[in-house]
Parts: sequence; structure tokens; C-alpha cells
Amino acid sequence: MTEAVSLREAYGKTLVELGRENPDIVMLDADLCRSTMTQFFAGEFPERSFDCGIAEQNMIGIAAGLAAAGKIPFASTFAVFVPGRSYDQIRMSIAQPGLNVKLVTTHGGITVGEDGTSHQSVEDLVLITSFPGFTVIVPADAIETVQAVRAAAINCGPFYIRLPRPKLPLVYDRSYRFQLGKAVTLKQGGEATIIAIGVMVTAALEAAANLKRGGIDCRVLNMPTLKPIDKAAIIAATETGAIVTAEEHLEHGGLGSAVARVVARHHPVPIEFVAIKDTYAKSGKPGQLLERYGLTAKDIEQAVRTVLKKKGG
Amino acid sequence: MALPKRMNPSSVTSAAKHKAEVFSSSASLKEMEALARRIRRHIVTMIGKAGSGHPGGSLSAVEIVSTLYFRILKHKPQDPQWADRDRFILSKGHAAPLLYTVLAECGYFPVAELATLRQLDSRLQGHTDRNLTPGVEMSAGALGQGLSFAIGVALAGRLNAQSYHVYVLLGDGECNEGQVWEAAMAAAHFKVDNLTAIVDRNRLQLDGWCCEVMDSEPFAQKWRFFGWQVIEVNGHDFTQLGRAFSRARKIKGKPTVIIAHTTKGKGVSFMENNPDFHGKAPTAEEVEMALRELA
Ligand SMILES: Cc1ncc(C[n+]2csc(CCOP(=O)(O)OP(=O)(O)O)c2C)c(N)n1
Ligand SMILES: [Mg+2]
Repeated sequence: MTEAVSLREAYGKTLVELGRENPDIVMLDADLCRSTMTQFFAGEFPERSFDCGIAEQNMIGIAAGLAAAGKIPFASTFAVFVPGRSYDQIRMSIAQPGLNVKLVTTHGGITVGEDGTSHQSVEDLVLITSFPGFTVIVPADAIETVQAVRAAAINCGPFYIRLPRPKLPLVYDRSYRFQLGKAVTLKQGGEATIIAIGVMVTAALEAAANLKRGGIDCRVLNMPTLKPIDKAAIIAATETGAIVTAEEHLEHGGLGSAVARVVARHHPVPIEFVAIKDTYAKSGKPGQLLERYGLTAKDIEQAVRTVLKKKGG
Repeated sequence: MALPKRMNPSSVTSAAKHKAEVFSSSASLKEMEALARRIRRHIVTMIGKAGSGHPGGSLSAVEIVSTLYFRILKHKPQDPQWADRDRFILSKGHAAPLLYTVLAECGYFPVAELATLRQLDSRLQGHTDRNLTPGVEMSAGALGQGLSFAIGVALAGRLNAQSYHVYVLLGDGECNEGQVWEAAMAAAHFKVDNLTAIVDRNRLQLDGWCCEVMDSEPFAQKWRFFGWQVIEVNGHDFTQLGRAFSRARKIKGKPTVIIAHTTKGKGVSFMENNPDFHGKAPTAEEVEMALRELA
């Protein structure tokens, strides 16, 4: 496996570069600059940095106002507080008018670990994808993070980018070109398709390698843009006759739901969902939690075996 | 998910356990000071062992929380659900290690259990969980929610003509949250006088000094203008704290806030006033050093 690299740090450094390139980029945070890594930007551009204190709802409103007056605000905190704590502020101040605010959150999912339930964001994707007009990206590694953040900076409208706390192994090399709204085929295969995002992409590749040794050849897709989702790639995947989705989020309303909607409408095939089942997680080490809540390569392999049994002849 | 079950009236208020006694301590000032040092040793040790957690804001409120549990609150460690207990609500949920230690010292659960902090399947979660830990009143960790919750608990006591008093501990950074001021307004409006808020005024939040991150001065003035009785004390002085709590209980017709001036990381020289130890565990050597200072 390749080295593990911090996605948060990749974000923090990219934001500084963007700040140098474009004086309209401004930064907001809610007393978590040291954790979200917006501290780099604050260090270089103090006059364009607004630490709003522990007041997420107010931060969202200020970001919306900055955007309405022509700035390009990047607002960051933990994924559990934006969108969770500031849902209505996002709804009316950003989503409805379609303002150019970039929400980049860290500590997404349960790999937050020991801080426990209050800090583990397992509903942020269903909340944020519920807003009309939001572009939602869940990068799989640091290289994808850099390009996703750059895409948010040059494309109009509200964006949400969700990053994890732990460092992750690189999925891509420097030649990778992120394309907004496009799935990436990481491995070809004809018997089933695994569609994964974020932390689960590496697990999907591992599962596919293990299954291949057992004679099952899976396609693996990374779906970095969760919304708008790459319908064409999903419809193409139905040709494998079975789909497994994998995400670090509640089963309700995340990647699995989005994929299922496309599949059900265009070409129904059996789907299995690797996700957190209707429960809150607890304190523990990230690896222990992924195991406890069914988010490992083994769980994906099991899901592939299950879905293959349902596959039509 | 299973369908919800029909409410059982007897499960709303717990059946009194007859043997459980009201906690009482006759600890002298000297003994309280020894207790505070022991609590600090537990905090540093358990966070060190867990490898993560928030030492600074746990250490700053040791005297506040131990005064409450050992000298002020009417409570029964053997019957945490006792309907007439005074309530302590920890709004700054990241100080969970402090609350767990005080609860263990009172006998809510074995002191040995403190070593399981933040481990998989432990009852002692990184932030408080009211369904898991005996004596914990509120699931917290998302800042800014405890004062509203406390008002609800206090209003229920008034409706039921119960005599319990509600205490809630907030961080000074936490008071950045708009909800705190919505609650402050509501508590005065509803004349909730069976409620005492305490602010751990250690002047630090996560990113640095409160006055640099989000200046909230004049802080006491804000509470006064919101209709609160304000008492300011040295938050490490047991005598001042005890007196303030007694006075607060006598003030009628409005809520009281005790602004407790404290030092973040109190008791461990290299953690005092050091923002790095807001949310970072000490290494094994640092734990050793801290324990020597707290001997
Ligand atoms: C709503 C919310 N936003 C952000 C955080 C992250 N966070 C945890 S502790 C903390 C700083 C708290 O400062 P303060 O209230 O002064 O606590 P103390 O100094 O007593 O530790 C922050 C920003 C949080 N837990 N909840
Ligand atoms: Mg503070």
C-alpha cells in the first residue's frame, strides 16, 4: 500500500495557493482552524480570514453575505456542525439563492474515532444532498482533494467537500485528473460493480483484489462527485448485473440511495449497500469502528457475494 | 428499527430504591484540596492512557464540579435516577473526563473504570452519553446546547413542584454560540430561579485566547443585561465557590450565573494557559511529569 497522506492538510495548503492566485478568496472558520487546517491561510492572509468563534450558524450567514458581494468564501468546520447545526441557514442563505459559497468540512464519518457520537458525522451527506443546487464532493485521497478544492474555486455555485480526519493511502498518482461530475473506473470487471466514495475507495479496491483471487471479477468505480451523480457511469455499470455501494455514512440518503434511484429508474439490477445501519457509532479507534459498523473490505466482499446470489441468470 | 413501545407510566419516574442514601461528605478544606489533586491525577492519567481527549478544560473546572458533587448537590450515587435529585448538566461535554472522575469518586461506578475512557465498548465515551454512564444527565459534545436543556429540566421541576435545583457548566468559548444567548433570554423571561449556570472563564478556546478569537467582553455585563444575577468568583477557591452556590440558591425571580475565573490546564505547569493542551493527550513522559507536580 502507498503512503498515507492527510486530506485536511492538502486542503489547507491548496487554499493558501488559491489565496495567492485570487484575492477574492476569503476564509471562514468556527474555532477549528487548527483542526481543519485553515490555519495556513489565516497565517498568510490574516485580513482575509474570519474565525467566527464557536458560532457555526453565524459563520454560514456571513459567508453567504460575502458571496453575495462578490467574494469567494471557503467556510470550514467539522462535518457534524455544517450542515447539521446550520441546516436552515444553509438552506435560505446559500442554497435557495444559489450563492457561491464553498463549504469544506473535515472529520467526516466515524473515522473521527475516540471523540465519539457527538463528533461523528453520519448524516451530513443526506442533509447536504437534500439542498437543490449543491455540488457535493467526497474525495478519496489527498491528490483528489487538491483538485476538488480547485474545482470548487473556479466553478460557480454552492459546493460541499467532505474530508476525513485520518490520513488516507493515495489512490491516485500525480497524473490523475479529477473531472467534476464524473465517476472514475479504478478497475475493470464484468461480474459486479462496486461503487465507493471517500475512505471506502481503498477498501473497495482491496475487496475487488481478494474477490478476483476467488474468481470473481468486479468493476470498481470511485464516485467523487456525489451530487450531481454520474448517471451514465451508473447505467453503464448495470451491464455487470449487480451493484454494491460503499460509503462511510448512514445507509439512509447517501451514495447508496443516489445510486439506487438511478438504477431503479433506468435498468433495475440487485444492489447491496455497505453503510452504517440506522444507528449512532461510539468511541473507539477508527479501524475498530470501521470493523464494528461493517465498513471493511471484508464487508464489501460479503456484500458482493450476497448481491451475486440475487443476480438474474 | 422496531416500532416504538407504548409508554409505561412507571418508567417515566424511577421507582425509588429504598436503600439508596443521599450523598454526604464532611470533607474539610484540606481534604477537598487533596481530592482536587487526586481528580487531576486521574484526569491526566486517563487521557494519557486513552491517547486523546481534552485535558485543559477538564483541569480548569475541577474545583467547580467537585464543590458541587461533594458540598452542594443533593444526589444518590446508588440511585442516579432519583426523581428529586439536584441536576448537574455538563454543557461543555469535552470535559467528560472530569465529570467521570467526580462521579466515580462519589461512587456512581468503580474508579477502576476510568481507565477505559474512549475505548471501544466503554461506558465512558469521549463526550458524555446520558444513556451509557450512570449519573450523566445529558449527551453533549456539540457545544452551546446545555443551557437550553437545563431550562427544560428546571421548568419541569417547577411544574411538578419538585424542589430540585439545576446546575449547568458552560465554557467561555462555548458562549460564542447564539443558542446560549437565546437560552439566556428565555431563562430570564421564564423567571427560572431553580437554575444556576456556571461559566468556566479560563479565557481560552480552541484556536487561542477568547479575546483574540471572538471577544465577548464585557462578559458579565452581557449576562446582567440579559436579566441574570451575576456572581464572579475565583473558580479554584472552594470557599468562594461554596458561598456563591449558596447565595445563588437564595436568589428568587431570576436565574443566576456564576462566572468562575479559572486557569485552563490548572495544576500542571506545562498545560496551564497552553492552547496546545486544549484537545491533545499528554505523552507517557508528560503524564509522569504531571503526576509528579500533582503528588
Ligand atoms: C458546536 C461545536 N463547535 C465546535 C466544537 C469543537 N470544539 C470543541 S471544544 C472547543 C473549544 C471550547 O472552548 P471553551 O468553551 O472555552 O471550553 P474550555 O476552554 O473550557 O475547554 C471547540 C471549538 C464543538 N465541540 N461544538
Ligand atoms: Mg475556555
